[in-house]
Amino acid sequence: MSPAIEISGLKKVYTTGKTTKMEALKGVSLTIQKGEFFAFLGPNGAGKTTLISILAGLGIKTEGTVKVHGVSIDENPDLAKSFIGLVPQEFNFSIFEKVLDIVLDQAGYYGITRKEALPHAEKILKELGLWEKKDQQAQALSGGMKRRLMIARALIHKPQILLLDEPTAGVDVELRRSMWEFLKELNESGTTILLTTHYLEEAEQLSERVAIINHGEIIEEGSVQQLLSKLHFVTLLLDTVETINEAVMLLLRGEPLVRDEEHVLKLTLKPGDTINEVFRKLSSIGIHEKNIRTTGRMLEEVFIQLIEKK
Amino acid sequence: MKSPIFVGYLTMVRKELVRIFRIWSQTLLPPVVTMSLYFVVFGGFIGSQVQPISGYSYMQYIVPGLVMMSIITAAYMNTVSTFYFAKWQHVIDEILVSPMPSWAVIAGFVSGGIIRAFLTGVLVVAVSLFFTHLVIFNILILFAAAFLTALLFSLAGIVNAIYAKSFDAISIVPNFVLTPLTYLGGVFYSIHLLPPFFAKLSLANPILYMVNAFRYGFLGVTDVSIGRCFAVIAVFTLLMLLWTLILFRKGAGLKR
Ligand SMILES: Nc1ncnc2c1ncn2[C@@H]1O[C@H](COP(=O)(O)OP(=O)(O)OP(=O)(O)O)[C@@H](O)[C@H]1O
Ligand SMILES: [Mg+2]
Repeated sequence: MSPAIEISGLKKVYTTGKTTKMEALKGVSLTIQKGEFFAFLGPNGAGKTTLISILAGLGIKTEGTVKVHGVSIDENPDLAKSFIGLVPQEFNFSIFEKVLDIVLDQAGYYGITRKEALPHAEKILKELGLWEKKDQQAQALSGGMKRRLMIARALIHKPQILLLDEPTAGVDVELRRSMWEFLKELNESGTTILLTTHYLEEAEQLSERVAIINHGEIIEEGSVQQLLSKLHFVTLLLDTVETINEAVMLLLRGEPLVRDEEHVLKLTLKPGDTINEVFRKLSSIGIHEKNIRTTGRMLEEVFIQLIEKK
Repeated sequence: MKSPIFVGYLTMVRKELVRIFRIWSQTLLPPVVTMSLYFVVFGGFIGSQVQPISGYSYMQYIVPGLVMMSIITAAYMNTVSTFYFAKWQHVIDEILVSPMPSWAVIAGFVSGGIIRAFLTGVLVVAVSLFFTHLVIFNILILFAAAFLTALLFSLAGIVNAIYAKSFDAISIVPNFVLTPLTYLGGVFYSIHLLPPFFAKLSLANPILYMVNAFRYGFLGVTDVSIGRCFAVIAVFTLLMLLWTLILFRKGAGLKR
């Protein structure tokens, strides 16, 4: 069985001026299996959108090969495209069109008539909470709704692979969680998902595998667990009973502790450090901890460390 | 069951139709108003002072050319504006990510141009009936000339929109190429009335052949042989089609 996506030696050079060039992808190789939920993490300008655009047929690659379900995008681009649904980073629908028309026209481009597409359009628009808006012009939607509209549009032809370029940018926490649920269910029902994100929590919550991309190169790839094991230090948060003020911090000078909030201290442990020393010091100056927790942003730390290391 | 590509094509055509009628005051009304003015001023006021040409009154003589002028403008303006907007708002991406082959996408845009050109042509002919009566010499030639010309300028609109980097760039061609060539393309006169040098020079203007082929369909008179007219139109249309296909294949101005 061929993988969902097979990328090998992918390079992209943008011509930015008469003599200036910009190498946005520097030989990326990556395989994503069918049914996987894969996340691409990287800072601004890392090359995420460039990569997604090439996969979806919107970008022209400079070098390398890309296969979608075993079909080369050079040899049979139209067939390769038929497997994919794209949710782009920027809004790219006509704001004057009605919501339902945007979705049904997209079905048309994939060869599905309006009549055939209508039941499925109703189903996904309802699932994404947009059915009441179906007769409104897209410009009447809020930012979060527009993003969901792009998801509905990408799903209208029931693609085997869904590419999402920062799908939850500008979406509030509650909606983000419901979008995650939606994507998880979609993945469980068999759709391969590849998403890019800045939200590290998102990758952690959703994906089995993560690749970290920076300056057009994949600098790390593996399961979330594997990436976490590469941590050079661990950060813990201590909730304290007493208020943490400057005087307290002065007494704690030299300890791996930083004031995080009024009642929170941030503890950073390097390999080999023992936690007991720190607690002894704390109780000696009369600070009592109520609770110890992880930051919940572990991946972010891996991310920063990995990027700094390179 | 309809073929998927055909469904995609019909989707594009349907969108074009809806758009042309929704903004009819910008698509269909202007040529009617402009051409009415031409009919009144050139055909009526000035034409009454002019000798008949090839046995037809001046009004009758200029109607086919004026209809052709509005067909050219309608075809060109339709594709250049829909295509440029689609590109500018990135709405074209909706089509580019789909499995529709380039030729079908081009056919979709071009059909929009041809439909608008056809509607405009019919409306302008209808308006001309207030000023003169309709003569049809050969309806087949008339439609063939109109169709090929609309096709040619719909393609030209796409090519211009692909190259255009700003809104201004889409009006360069109409202002500096289309309008002069149309005015010098024998809409208002027979080139036999020109001094020999300018008559020869006019032969280098492709629009002359379109106007004359079209006029031949109505009146049965032409400055150049009808075979030559169609040869010129066919060659230009083919070249433009090739150019459009190559640009699409490369993804020039469309893909990143
Ligand atoms: N059309 C273009 N022309 C020239 N350079 C481009 C173009 N698109 C992107 N780039 C450059 O390529 C690099 C990668 O851009 P890309 O949009 O792929 O980054 P990204 O990872 O998606 O960033 P973000 O998280 O901000 O969306 C950047 O340096 C960018 O400036
Ligand atoms: Mg991006």
